[in-house]
Amino acid sequence: MKICITAKGTGLNDPIDPHFGRAAYFLFYDTETEALDAVANSPGAHGAGVQAAQIVAGNGAKAVITGSVGPNAHRGLAAAGVEIYIGAQGTVADAIADYKAGKFSRAAGPSGKGHGG
Amino acid sequence: MRITIASGKGGTGKTTVATNLGLALADDRPVQFLDCDVEEPNAHIFLKPRIERTKSVEKLLPRVDEAKCTYCGECAKACEFNAIAVIGKKVIVYDELCHGCGLCRMVCPVGAISEVPHELGVIEYGVARGFPFSRGLLNLGEAMATPLIHELKQGIDPDSLAILDAPPGTGCPTIAAIQGADLALLVTEPTPFGLHDLRAAVGVARSVGVPIGVIINRDGIGDDMVERYCADEGIPIVMRIPFDREIARLYSQGIPLVDALPEWRDRFRALYDTTTMKLAREDGVK
Repeated sequence: MKICITAKGTGLNDPIDPHFGRAAYFLFYDTETEALDAVANSPGAHGAGVQAAQIVAGNGAKAVITGSVGPNAHRGLAAAGVEIYIGAQGTVADAIADYKAGKFSRAAGPSGKGHGG
Repeated sequence: MRITIASGKGGTGKTTVATNLGLALADDRPVQFLDCDVEEPNAHIFLKPRIERTKSVEKLLPRVDEAKCTYCGECAKACEFNAIAVIGKKVIVYDELCHGCGLCRMVCPVGAISEVPHELGVIEYGVARGFPFSRGLLNLGEAMATPLIHELKQGIDPDSLAILDAPPGTGCPTIAAIQGADLALLVTEPTPFGLHDLRAAVGVARSVGVPIGVIINRDGIGDDMVERYCADEGIPIVMRIPFDREIARLYSQGIPLVDALPEWRDRFRALYDTTTMKLAREDGVK
């Protein structure tokens, strides 16, 4: 299964980027093969969360691990059936370990305020 | 002639300047007043207009016929504002992000997108103290103020002196209120906050090519950083309004300065004469 972690860099030892829509990178991690692919994020001035949700879903991730998710991104991810885990801290490797250990709880609703307008 | 009163920082005295300028000048020339602070208009407190008619301002929102949609994603790709997303076999329209431009409908290869009107707010038109008064009122919960300001500006009579009271900040609504003006009067206060936001407001006015003059309100408090900034940038300080208990008292009671203190009528007239003369001479107070 492919999961997505938002990060400030492209490697396992890079820190989590907590702002989903404006994260620097989306790291796609395959839990079976342990392969890691980085996709750089280039959010526009408007609708960063919407754009990010499309990138994550489009790359086939079934779950996303990040700091917080705003309302627009949440709606997009939920429509795609992507599980959302928030409150991640530390490095990408920490987040993967915590995910595998079942330490995250799923976010039922958006955790951040919207930035629309 | 079109003068926009703006500030960057909120609460610096935009409406004080705008309303008094209008009242001071209305005896000599046709004036019209436009309250462009559509999220929190307050000029009516001082001008007490009689509203005669209202007009609804709408934007067009896309609606997708999923029976026709092939989920090709062309609409999402075209949208600069990410207001429409195609995720798997789902299309999501984010109404509050949509600017109503209609591009998604145009690029849809199968004609699956139609548009429905959605009210953003209303424009009120009336008369205040003998001159035309209009203001925008953004509906509660709406985020998009700019279309109301564009609609307000449609009502500008080119033969009048139009005074536009801008919203605070330096975002799209403020830019809309400043764009096309012959002069922007930027009201600030001599504090670090005032200076910080003045710099941003100066940047906005310059980016849209509008000459500027600075008005220092609550003169006497804070420090001299605003003056030094204006001197360095070559921006004229065209008026100072002192930090004065009587001025504050009149404001708190909704009484225009020019009504209670006649010397302010002369000062606002002089402000207009000197700034517009300077404009004519330099073709721009850069």
